[in-house]
This record gives sequence, C-alpha cells and structure tokens, in this order.
Amino acid sequence: MTAVLDVSAISKAYGSDRILSDLSFSVEPGEHLLLLGPSGSGKSTLINLVTGLLTPDSGEIRIGGEAMTGIDGAARDDLRRRRVGIIFQTLRLVSALSIRNNLRMAQQLGSGRTDDAAIDQLLDILGIAHRADAKPRQLSHGQAQRAAIARALVGRPDLMVADEPTSALDDANAQRIAQLLIDTARAQGTTLLIATHDQRLRQFIPRSLDLATMAEAA
Amino acid sequence: MLKLAFAYMNDRRLVTGLNILLLALAVATLVILLLASTQLADRIQRNAEGIDLVVGAKGSPLQLILSSIYHMDQPTGNVPLESVQMLRRDPAVRQVVPLALGDNFRGYRIVGSEPAYLGLYNAELAEGKIFGGQGEVVLGADAARNLGAGLGQKFIGSHGLSDSEGAGEHDSHPFETVGILKPTGTVIDRLILTSIESVWDVHGIAHEEEDAHDHDHDAHGHHPDHETEAAASRHAGLFPEVTALLVRYRSAAGAVRLPSMINRQTDMQAAVPAVETARLLNLLGVGIDGARLFAWLLAAVGGLSIFVTLLNAASAREADLALLRVMGASRARVFGTVMVEGLVTAGIGGLVGIALGHATLAGAMGSFAALGEIGLQPWQMHPGELVILAVVLLIGLLAALIPAIRVFRIDLAATLAKAG
Repeated sequence: MTAVLDVSAISKAYGSDRILSDLSFSVEPGEHLLLLGPSGSGKSTLINLVTGLLTPDSGEIRIGGEAMTGIDGAARDDLRRRRVGIIFQTLRLVSALSIRNNLRMAQQLGSGRTDDAAIDQLLDILGIAHRADAKPRQLSHGQAQRAAIARALVGRPDLMVADEPTSALDDANAQRIAQLLIDTARAQGTTLLIATHDQRLRQFIPRSLDLATMAEAA
Repeated sequence: MLKLAFAYMNDRRLVTGLNILLLALAVATLVILLLASTQLADRIQRNAEGIDLVVGAKGSPLQLILSSIYHMDQPTGNVPLESVQMLRRDPAVRQVVPLALGDNFRGYRIVGSEPAYLGLYNAELAEGKIFGGQGEVVLGADAARNLGAGLGQKFIGSHGLSDSEGAGEHDSHPFETVGILKPTGTVIDRLILTSIESVWDVHGIAHEEEDAHDHDHDAHGHHPDHETEAAASRHAGLFPEVTALLVRYRSAAGAVRLPSMINRQTDMQAAVPAVETARLLNLLGVGIDGARLFAWLLAAVGGLSIFVTLLNAASAREADLALLRVMGASRARVFGTVMVEGLVTAGIGGLVGIALGHATLAGAMGSFAALGEIGLQPWQMHPGELVILAVVLLIGLLAALIPAIRVFRIDLAATLAKAG
C-alpha cells in the first residue's frame, strides 16, 4: 500500500544553521503521527517542507505517492490543493467570510465545486452548526479552532497537517478538540500529522517523532 | 474570487463607502462641468445661428447679444423705430427682425417681434395660430409646459425682465394665448412671443398701425382714437421704439461695411454674435478649465485614497491571503481579488458620481432661476461621461496594482510563521 506521507533523507539549513538533517519517516493510511519537540526544533520547518511551502536542500517527500520535491511552485500548489489540508495555530479562516462561506471556498478551491450537505454534516459533527453564518471574529477560541478543523477537512484531504492545534486551549477544550480531530479524520479517511509541544496529545496519538531527540542523535 | 472581493468590501463598509463617496464627488463635479460647458457652448452657438448682426443702443456689445439673442441680461436701451426702415433699405441686408423687450410673465420673457422671428429658429406651431391682433401671444414649448398654459389662456404681464423684479403689472392689457410652438431646443422654447404693437400698447405707447412693418402706411388710414393716444403719449415723452434689431446679410459685403457704418455714423451699436459668443466662450472656458483641473485633482485624491486603503488592507490581510494560497488559490486569483476590489470601488464611485452629477444639475436648475434660463438638459447624457468613467476605472486599477503586486510576492512560509 502507498504511504500517505513518505519523507526520505531530507535536510534543511538556513545559512549555517542546520535545522533538519537526513530525516526519514513514513505514515501509512489510517495512521496518525505526532511531531514533538520544543520551539526551534524544526517542527514548523518540517511542516512547511511537507506542505510544499519550503523546499529541502536534499532528500525527497512524497504525498500519496506523488513527489512534493523536485517540482516547481505551481505544481506544489496543485498537489497541496488536491491532497493536503492545513490547520494553523492562530491563522484559521478568511476573516471577511462567514464559516459556511469559508468552507465553500475551501471546497471550491480544492475540487472546483461546493457541497452544502457535506458542509452542514461536518459543522454538525464539530458542534458549530449554529455558528455557520458567523464571521471568524465572532467565534470563541474553541469554536474558531473547530471551524479551522472543518475548513481543513471539508476537501477530504489524504493528509491533514496541523501546527499546534491545541497549545492555546485549556485542558477541557484541548481534549475536546483532539478527540474531534481524531474522530472526524477517521470518518473522512484522513491521515493526521500534528506538530506540537503539547504532551496532552500523546494519549490520542501514540506514534510520535521527537525532533529534539533526533537532532541530538544526529 | 469576485465574491471574496465583495466580502472584503462589505467587511469594512465605512472605509469602502467613504472611498466611493470621494470618487463620486470628483466624478459628479466633472460631469457637471462637462454637461454645463458642452451644452452651454452648443446652445450659445445654436441660438446665434443665422443671426449675422445685432443692432441696439450703445453700451456693452456682449450685453446687447446676451439680452437680444439669449434673453439673459438687461438690454442696453432702445433704438428709434426709423432704424428698422433704415436697415431694411440697405441693399446688403436680407432681413431685419425687430425686438421689443421689457415685460415678463412669471419669469418668462415677453418678446415683441414679428412672425419672421420664428423663422430664425425654424420654430413651428404645435397648435393654434401665429400672433397678430392686439394682446395675442404664442408660447414657446417650455414656457407653455411649465406655465401649464393652453390656448385661450389669458394672463397679465409684469414689467421687468424677470419674475423677481416685481415692477408692477399691466392689468389693463391682458394677453391671450393663441398658439403654442413645437420644441426647438433653442431659446425660443422659453419665450412668450407677441407683436411689437402689443408691447407698445401694454406700455401705453401710442403708435400708428403696424409701425415697425414695411408697409405703405397711407393705405391704412389713421383711427381718430389713435391720434388722440399718440398725442398723449408723445406729450408724456413716450415714442414707439424697439429694443434691438436682428439682422441677416444678403451678401458678405454687409459684414464688411455695415457694422462699422452703424458704429460710426449712428447713435446705435452693431454687435457681431460670432465674435461676442467666441469671447464669451473663451471667458467661460478659462473658468471651466480651472474647475476641471480641480475636479481631476479630486479624482486623483480619490484614487490615492483607494490606493492607501488597499495597501493597508493588503498588509492587514497578508495572513488571510497567504491562507487562501495555502488553501489552493493561485497567485493570479489572489492578485485578481485585490484588483477586482480596486476596480469595483472605482466603478461604483464612477457610476454614483455620474448619477449624482445629473441629479445635482437638475436640482440646481430647479433652485436657481439663472441656471434655468440657460436651458440646460440635466438628464441628457454626453459621450464624454464614458471617458470619465473609463479614466476613473483606470485610476482604480492603478491604485490596486501596487497592493496586488505586493500580495503576489507574499512569502507563504514566512507569513504563516508570523501569523502562527
């Protein structure tokens, strides 16, 4: 079976500052992976490489068997659009659009069409159906994060990459968001790659990669 | 992406509205100047068409032209009745049309003249007959419509040339409407026409029958009552006079000889409409050019305001636009969103401005009698308005270009790192 994410011997440095060195791992369909490590350990750089926002100095990355490396920016944009969903820690939604319209736009950009029934179902699962017509600034922290999950999942990506999705939340909200993330990803058949220093997520996703330890080992 | 551009505009309605207003005010100013200057020039030239020379009392030649052709200013005075025959005898003259001015009805000037006056403007009767008998009048199309007058309607004229003068009414000599003219798009639409004799009668000036006409007076004989009135009015110092003479040449030789002859050898002055209107348009043109420059500066300020707004918005929205890119929007689509926003803001400003310009002109004409007298058509469109709209759209595009290019160059990873 083709791995959803296959990272092979990638390295990345900013000038003389080596961030990642000869890193390899893969994530199979239905599997989830935590990228652990403190700030500066290279989590964000790795996420940017996986999503094609940055290119590695060496090595190869494949998403669902398609190369994310060795191709131009437009091809990387296209692969990301088709196969990858991204959740950022604070940047969640387009500010001028309602939640429903954010999701419509995500669908439109991903597949060229919209499906209101799928949007309603996803908002319902995430418990924010009653806030569908609200603007992002009108949402609470927890609601906004759930809306961001909905936005990232609405295009049914093969791989969802999340950067610190729970770090700013209290225990109760962190637990609720983590559970929703796992449940909705499972329901959509999406693989999760979560970069975090939030150890509370370990109980939900047993497999992890500690970048700080790997850097020391290297 | 069009929806997104509208969503961003809607999201900050106040700023968008103010930008639109700023541009709309500039466009409205430009439209008013365009309509006023072109229609005024057109009307000035059309009204003077076919009149080669105006002869009247000495004074300002421009005032003579304004009062006799455009019916906008006070006349320079009166000239002797004999001058009509003097000019008609001149071989270089094809036609002389005398005018007697001095009264109005609710601001519409009552002009004493001959039926030939209608021929100068190719005016035709819509209904009724041409004036002839004492007190009979023919109304221009605008005058009839605005006064709500029909055939048979009687009214009393007031002394003076405008409604505001209020110099007394001639209640002993009512006028009666016997004809209404078709619209001509010239000054005659706003006039009340009657015979010169009727004007004299209203002012108590005794005269012989058809004094101003080129007829054999002896053939008519004199009525005893008229003899008595004539004696009384002459005793009071009132003689039959006319206000001005509209002259058409028979040959080009008239243009060379006649004005100088009149100016040097008589107590009258001769003013050439072509010369005076060119001078008038020149004077107006300087003012209009200055105002136009100011309006374009205003439009530039509007464009600058859109530029600043979009630049600020693009900076504030950098993370938003980066998110759009991550979601799969191409650079061109994100670039297009910003461009569309500039274009739509400018477009709405332009259209609102055009509507505002016409509405303001219509409102001003209703409120200021002087503007009404010029006879502008406030709702008439001018092709130049499309040029103004195109330039305003270009301003919108240029204003959006730099913010849009900035968006085009967003470093996604760096922007997302900042936002995260």
